[in-house]
Amino acid sequence: MTPTGVPGLVETVEAHGETTLVVDPARIVETCTHLRDAEGFNVLVDVSGVDYLGWGTKDVAGYIGTPAGRDLNATGSQGFQRVPDPKPKRFAVVYHLLKVADEPERLRLEAWLDDGEEIDSVVRVWPAADWFEREVYDMVGIGFRGHPYLVRILMPEDWEGHPLRKDYPVGGEPVRFSGEA
Amino acid sequence: MTIVPAEKIYEGTRIPARCPTILDVDPAEHDLDDILTVNFGPNHPSTHGVLRLIVQLDGEHVAGIEAVIGYLHTGFEKTMEAKTYWKGITYPERIDYLSFQANELVFVLAIEKLLGLSTPEKATWMRMCLSELNRIHSHLVWLGTSALEMGAISMFWYAFRERDMVLDLFEMVTGVRMHTRYFQVGGLAEDIPEGFYAQAREFARHMPRAVNDYEGLLDRNKIWLERTKGIGLLSAADALALGQSGPMLRASGVDWDLRKAMPYLAYDEVDFDVPVYPNGDVYDRYKVHMDEMRASARIVGQCITRLEEMRGQPWIADDRKVVLPPREELHTSMESLIHHFKIVTEGYLVPEGQVYVAVESARGECGCYLVSDGGPKPWRVKFRAPSFAALQTLATCLRDTAVADLIAVAASLDPVMGDVDR
Repeated sequence: MTPTGVPGLVETVEAHGETTLVVDPARIVETCTHLRDAEGFNVLVDVSGVDYLGWGTKDVAGYIGTPAGRDLNATGSQGFQRVPDPKPKRFAVVYHLLKVADEPERLRLEAWLDDGEEIDSVVRVWPAADWFEREVYDMVGIGFRGHPYLVRILMPEDWEGHPLRKDYPVGGEPVRFSGEA
Repeated sequence: MTIVPAEKIYEGTRIPARCPTILDVDPAEHDLDDILTVNFGPNHPSTHGVLRLIVQLDGEHVAGIEAVIGYLHTGFEKTMEAKTYWKGITYPERIDYLSFQANELVFVLAIEKLLGLSTPEKATWMRMCLSELNRIHSHLVWLGTSALEMGAISMFWYAFRERDMVLDLFEMVTGVRMHTRYFQVGGLAEDIPEGFYAQAREFARHMPRAVNDYEGLLDRNKIWLERTKGIGLLSAADALALGQSGPMLRASGVDWDLRKAMPYLAYDEVDFDVPVYPNGDVYDRYKVHMDEMRASARIVGQCITRLEEMRGQPWIADDRKVVLPPREELHTSMESLIHHFKIVTEGYLVPEGQVYVAVESARGECGCYLVSDGGPKPWRVKFRAPSFAALQTLATCLRDTAVADLIAVAASLDPVMGDVDR
């Protein structure tokens, strides 16, 4: 059952038997408090950050030969030609909620942000958000306003960049002695 | 649905007010000049891996604590974005290296959900059977190492005796003892070997007796009881607020198990009990683990009965666009060769969309959030790690404890650092 009267609701998406509420990032605390108190979503299962930079522009990987060699970013040859639906902004902060009750339910919240934009922390709604939000900050570089201790959690404190951003290269760490004769 | 009210364990909440995961020294209770800051870990044999704790001690008492993690961060999620789905299955197993099949299962289930692919019945039951064997394996490692840390050395050898039997079963089915990569998108990698049924059934019969042995060693052991009872308290309300799942919740009096509440695979067709204990201490977490091993052995027995009826049935879906063709066909069929080549080199395409799938792993809700842009590689994979959530309770559980209890409490949370740091 889809919750009704949710404050800050932008859009409701049903897919694969899962409900996604796209919500206004400016009102996230209000939304979450409502879902916890009025709808009974008592557990915050997870918070993820997704970077959609380059979504739908470089298409998908494949085994396509080009004059420059193998292009791993060309369209595959299995018939996939459709460009994915565009996304409103670069980053999505995704909250997975769970109702631990006799009739359990799951719900996904999606809030869209551009680079540099921040979102309010929901630590005061669910204390579980503490490390989840720190991880999103560390990996994707999204700031959470009002978080009590927003520092890197998985990467070293002096690390530069946010590894799960799409413009962060794989194998980006310099390796000693490589390339030396 | 039963949730034991918090007052039975303690009044109000024990979650630190300023930051839920950091216990600050309270100047009203402790003389700040007496506080000694001790660095615990990251390399210490009793931290279950590379966990670093900054502990502030007032004499023997833990006055403040902060956990520092990330020493085992391996970047699995980033790496998986660069691998096709078919190759990516290898990675999740290495995240939670004790409960490897749960991670493997949840990733495979997420892909199948996006593909809309259904699997043969035999694969479903075998996945269940191995998941439960894996739960026993994981609990045994937990039991052996946790007891070892509290001085019960013999417990370790007993637990590892049965653990080896589970690994023998894995080896028989998959050829590997850990990180089996046996679950494929669409079903299983190979058919079940004939000898498996009898040996697994024998193990399912043996395991409850072994659990009785363990309890014989620990349940009336005075040292064990004094070190576990009433230690590391966590109320049901605090556990839910801190996003707990699995044994952590059930030891705090919440009757919650994904296998019962939101059944996946065929868990609604098997008969098993979910242990719930109300006290939220280390002892109750221990009891939950023990009872779960009995329940898992019971499920394994039921799975074997069903699997024996399915001899000769297919173990993987017959969808050549996604599933590798049988090896012997490659010598005779041009089409099969092409399919094999395509799947291995460029992978198969998974429709655009996002799904979240969760299974009950040995340490709670193991979830996979998968975003696909329609290509052969995941756009984003996020694993919801139960150990990561469990470690968040450390500051709450360690309020008003002594430094010697710290080991017992940290162990009772059952953190696997690979799962925490990913």
